[in-house]
Amino acid sequence: MSQASKSFWAGVRAEFPLLIGVFPFGLIYGALALGAGLAPLEAQMMSSIVFAGSAQFITAQLVRDAAPGLIIVLTIAVVNLRHMLYSAAVAPYLKHLPRRWKTVLAYLLTDEAYAVAGLHYERYGLTPAGHWFFLGAGLGLWTTWQISSALGIFLGAALPSAWPLDFALPLTFIAMVMPVLKDKPMLAAALSAGAVALLAQGLPFKLGLIVAALVGIVTGAYLESRR
Amino acid sequence: MNIWLVMLLGGVLTFGMRISFIYLFGRFEIPAVVQRALRFVPPAVLSAIIAPALFMPDNTLDVSLNNYHLMAGVVAILVAWRTKNTLLTIIAGMITLLALLAVAGNV
Repeated sequence: MSQASKSFWAGVRAEFPLLIGVFPFGLIYGALALGAGLAPLEAQMMSSIVFAGSAQFITAQLVRDAAPGLIIVLTIAVVNLRHMLYSAAVAPYLKHLPRRWKTVLAYLLTDEAYAVAGLHYERYGLTPAGHWFFLGAGLGLWTTWQISSALGIFLGAALPSAWPLDFALPLTFIAMVMPVLKDKPMLAAALSAGAVALLAQGLPFKLGLIVAALVGIVTGAYLESRR
Repeated sequence: MNIWLVMLLGGVLTFGMRISFIYLFGRFEIPAVVQRALRFVPPAVLSAIIAPALFMPDNTLDVSLNNYHLMAGVVAILVAWRTKNTLLTIIAGMITLLALLAVAGNV
């Protein structure tokens, strides 16, 4: 087997444990999107056009609550802002690649792909076939996400509507946020954003999330700059 | 706004943020202040979504033992803190919420 395909499959294998968590999340997304009033094709296309689980969950909720389109777009942007962080982190390892590789890998740069590929780069640095590893991890996740969304859309109507499926989103976020709360500025960013989100819940156009996130970012950055 | 337009704009913005620094690397120095601020995006955004889901499940503030979402969230926070395991955190929180709802006769 060539170095490229060896590296590709190593990426798929490294991604595998995360796929076990992503699969049910995709199922729930599909069911929720239908419940929110999206057509099956719209729900499925969102999984390939936006390709960001948490933003898709929030979009489904905002569509259900009939939020204005502009607010939904802004909310998607704020929820996905963290991808700029991943982009900055992997950039040094992709700088030698042709543009089409950069484009494909950027499209595949999700939380879960970054978790696996970013760790690989941190551990082994720039290797000749590192981008194949990233591609394997990213495509493994992409395929799982498309299939699980489709299955959720297909099974959606069969799931009991009393089940609190949308609670999977905050639970996933709790699992993501706890490990990063390692110092005071991080904790302050989280707590201030959470508190403002509660206070701002009544804001028109569902602007609360955007305002709360910005307050949290500014609070954390300010506290850190004073240290 | 049409849902297709929302998805397209949301997709373009998401892709733009994902490719931003990959594309700019080497041509443009990322200001240190931006890099520092970006570190706080995940805790801020995620907490802004978590807090209302736990404290305001019915759109009004409810800090009581009868708020099952809050109770299940506390269990999930403890599990996440002790195990750092995503799947275990989701399962523990979901089972707690379903159990509380079942006991109350709401499922």
